[in-house]
Amino acid sequence: MDAETNKYSIIVPTYNERLNIALIVYLIFKHLRDVDFEIIVVDDGSPDGTQEIVKQLQKLYGEDRILLRPRAKKLGLGTAYIHGLKHASGNFVVIMDADLSHHPKYLPSFIKKQLETGASIVTGTRYVTGGGVHGWNLMRKLTSRGANVLAQTLLWPGVSDLTGSFRLYKKSVLEDVISSCVSKGYVFQMEMIVRASRKGYHIEEVPITFVDRVFGSSKLGGSEIVEYLKGLIYLMVTT
Amino acid sequence: MKHVLKLFSLLVVISALWIGLLQASIIPQSHTWLLPIYFIVSLGCYGLLMVGVGLMRFPTCPQEALLLQQDIAEAKDFLKQKGVDVGSD
Repeated sequence: MDAETNKYSIIVPTYNERLNIALIVYLIFKHLRDVDFEIIVVDDGSPDGTQEIVKQLQKLYGEDRILLRPRAKKLGLGTAYIHGLKHASGNFVVIMDADLSHHPKYLPSFIKKQLETGASIVTGTRYVTGGGVHGWNLMRKLTSRGANVLAQTLLWPGVSDLTGSFRLYKKSVLEDVISSCVSKGYVFQMEMIVRASRKGYHIEEVPITFVDRVFGSSKLGGSEIVEYLKGLIYLMVTT
Repeated sequence: MKHVLKLFSLLVVISALWIGLLQASIIPQSHTWLLPIYFIVSLGCYGLLMVGVGLMRFPTCPQEALLLQQDIAEAKDFLKQKGVDVGSD
């Protein structure tokens, strides 16, 4: 695939990310200077005025570079990606979070890895050397590691970071995989990568760092653990 | 093949080997009967070991928080100049 003719559609689902969306757009433009890309903001009717900020950003960077494709209310991540995909004109699609836990400075490494290996999917992993997490206490790291070991043992997924959502897909591959996924939340991210792995798509990983500024406010409770276990069993049985 | 079936077939193969060992009596029967327990316990220990080792070697990046703060400041400056509203939310 000729590097010069690739276009990258970056889908960013947002809900109340009035400040972060501006920061993320600035950083994407900073780190992807010589790349043909577009940013597709899928906002779920944020009450904090996120869409107004996106419109200001459009004036600054151009409406052909920043697409605002909102929805009426909070409808979930999977459908946000599907919605964004409909408007994507690139041959590659990047999905990333809007809260700055995913730093745009890694975008060039995703692109480079894909060009080097011809992979269908490049997924960011926090759990290898060169990657990492900041903002997690010991308990959180323990549950993360325990969950990962369990998932590796039960699912043999072929990737080191299953719940990560910073990924680059060939557009056709994303369309294929997303059509067969039904889960919600982070199990959805797991389902995507496991289904892709089962379908035999070439998946590569790049290390990323993850700065969690939100963790302190959201606790990882018993119900999350139950949901996770249910998700693992579901994936064991259906993939 | 669904993954759970793959795991199940693996279990069937291991069980067949175990029954074979029971019947061939290469190892004394009393030991052979305990093999499944040894196996499960080893698996459990291996899992705990992997969790422990992974936890010790968990990659952290404290400098990234600082770099992020710098990036945020840089972004806010630029955007404020260009008329984008970056007042704190």
